[in-house]
Amino acid sequence: MGKTDDRRPGGATRRAFMTSALAGGAALAATGRSWAEGDPLITEIQDWNRYLGDGVDAAPYGMPSAFEADVIRRDVPWLTADPVSSVNFTPLHALDGIITPNGLCFERHHAGTALIDPADYRLMINGLVDTPLVFTMSDLKRFPRENRVYFLECAANSGMEWRGSQLNGCQFTHGMVHCVMYTGVPLRTLLQEAGVRTSGKWLLAEGADASAMTRSIPLEKALDDCLVAFAMNGEALRPEQGYPVRLCVPGWEGNMWVKWLRRLEVGDKPWAQREETSKYTDLLENGIARRHTFLMDVKSVITSPSPQAPVTHGKGPLVITGLAWSGSGTISRVDVSIDGGRNWKTARLDGPSLPKALHRFYLDIEWDGSELLLQSRAMDEKGYIQPTKDELRAARGVNSIYHNNSIQTWQVRQDGEVENVEVS
Amino acid sequence: PPHGTYNLGRRATDAEVAAWDIDVRPDGTGLPVGQGNAIDGEALFTEHCAACHGDFGEGTGRWPVLAGGQGTLTNDRPVKTIGSYWPYLSTVYDYVRRAMPFGNARALNNDDVYAITAYLLYLNDVVTEDDFTLSNENFGDIHLPNEDGFKPDDRLEEPEYAGKAEPCMSECKRGPVKVDMRAAVLDVTPDADNGEEVGSGSVD
Repeated sequence: MGKTDDRRPGGATRRAFMTSALAGGAALAATGRSWAEGDPLITEIQDWNRYLGDGVDAAPYGMPSAFEADVIRRDVPWLTADPVSSVNFTPLHALDGIITPNGLCFERHHAGTALIDPADYRLMINGLVDTPLVFTMSDLKRFPRENRVYFLECAANSGMEWRGSQLNGCQFTHGMVHCVMYTGVPLRTLLQEAGVRTSGKWLLAEGADASAMTRSIPLEKALDDCLVAFAMNGEALRPEQGYPVRLCVPGWEGNMWVKWLRRLEVGDKPWAQREETSKYTDLLENGIARRHTFLMDVKSVITSPSPQAPVTHGKGPLVITGLAWSGSGTISRVDVSIDGGRNWKTARLDGPSLPKALHRFYLDIEWDGSELLLQSRAMDEKGYIQPTKDELRAARGVNSIYHNNSIQTWQVRQDGEVENVEVS
Repeated sequence: PPHGTYNLGRRATDAEVAAWDIDVRPDGTGLPVGQGNAIDGEALFTEHCAACHGDFGEGTGRWPVLAGGQGTLTNDRPVKTIGSYWPYLSTVYDYVRRAMPFGNARALNNDDVYAITAYLLYLNDVVTEDDFTLSNENFGDIHLPNEDGFKPDDRLEEPEYAGKAEPCMSECKRGPVKVDMRAAVLDVTPDADNGEEVGSGSVD
């Protein structure tokens, strides 16, 4: 072990591989003949065991260990015309559990991050309501609140993979997703405050940034489980996630989760805005496109091993882990295959199982060092089963852009390196 | 006067609603009174838009193509533009007015947006006269070619979902599984040493 491979794409991957290879080398040396007395990391007094560390005044807002410097959002410059209307990716390969750290949640902006002082923030409700209203931040924080854990997945997550294997790492193929606990006011509460008229059937949500993002949402959904959120994972929203206020539309495509939310308009028909006509419509092979494809379907991915998280420890016990989620509710089961889908074993779900949230799964195996073709297949509480890419392509062709929830395959080679592949 | 259950917030004034509520629907609801012609639109487009979208809406670099592409929606690589793909003219007016030019949104007045919209119709051969004037009066007469090109979400009727059958657990494929495609062959994943890779596809 410990051999690096220059053919490996991805600097993150290479660095991560070398770091783990070095660590593995030290461990080997420690148990080898060079130090008959024992591992010098144990037998010799280490600096951190002798000298003082930072005081409590060193980091008023703490950051991860410097040794985790590779666990960062990454972007793919060729995907978009510029970095302002663009996307970056959550480092799923390096995370565990179901909660995404705030600083690692992927970003998707259409006109950059708006910077808004909460004192300048206003939310308007207008349209088919009894009383058009304006709220301040202070007003919003006086309404009864809810705390809910939800995944937010970009409709275009895995969209670059419709035609085949392209990006080498689950950060890039599946990292337009995050999952945090939101604190906010039910949208229903705010709409009731304005008084929705019986003719109201749709809601337009609008952002305050320079893209003035707008989406039409069926009023039924708005009155069901949507949240007007001002906190994520216990602290204020991050600027790039809509500070000070964003909309949460649980289980539905991320584009609808309007950030820097400034206006909610009740109407009797959808508005056919740019983001629900030109974009976020799904072209089929016959030239007809689906619109209003709101739901994010049942999906999963193995996050480790994966191209950025190769196997560096050799044969023996191996933890296969990943994430599963469904816009329809909870995940009831995840099956894992190590032979490209010929045979499956049901994995173990661990941690909270919450509706419309990420679920963590594990399959613990003994790896004999032979090549593996890893796949995961999720089922949700409604009985929907994650399809293969070929099944989706048979139904839709390859130009849908959005809503690719197909089964991912990773090839684990005998040297432990992992690659994004397609199999038949 | 009190409102709602909590009586929080205050009534929005008419001026406030007018300032923010500028959305336009396919039936024309929300269109302001005004007009503009394609000739003026060409000049405005050249000044405010062509640097990214090209002189004729053909797009520069990876910036969006606004014109052309008619008849390509069943091609291997469709060209989706206002003329080939967008269903409604209202979206053009609304989006240009709310979000363009990129980096200087809301800089165009209502008549400017009518003029640019008229020019975009001309670039897409939806109107043929270069002095075509678009206004709130004749807006509803214009229909884009792909208006009927959309249908509701029927994903759950696709066979892979509709079945909801218990999935196969063992010996699900005959013979060994073959690898058909590899990401490393394309080699377009960003690398710390080299950000120059270019793959196919894009994020819209």
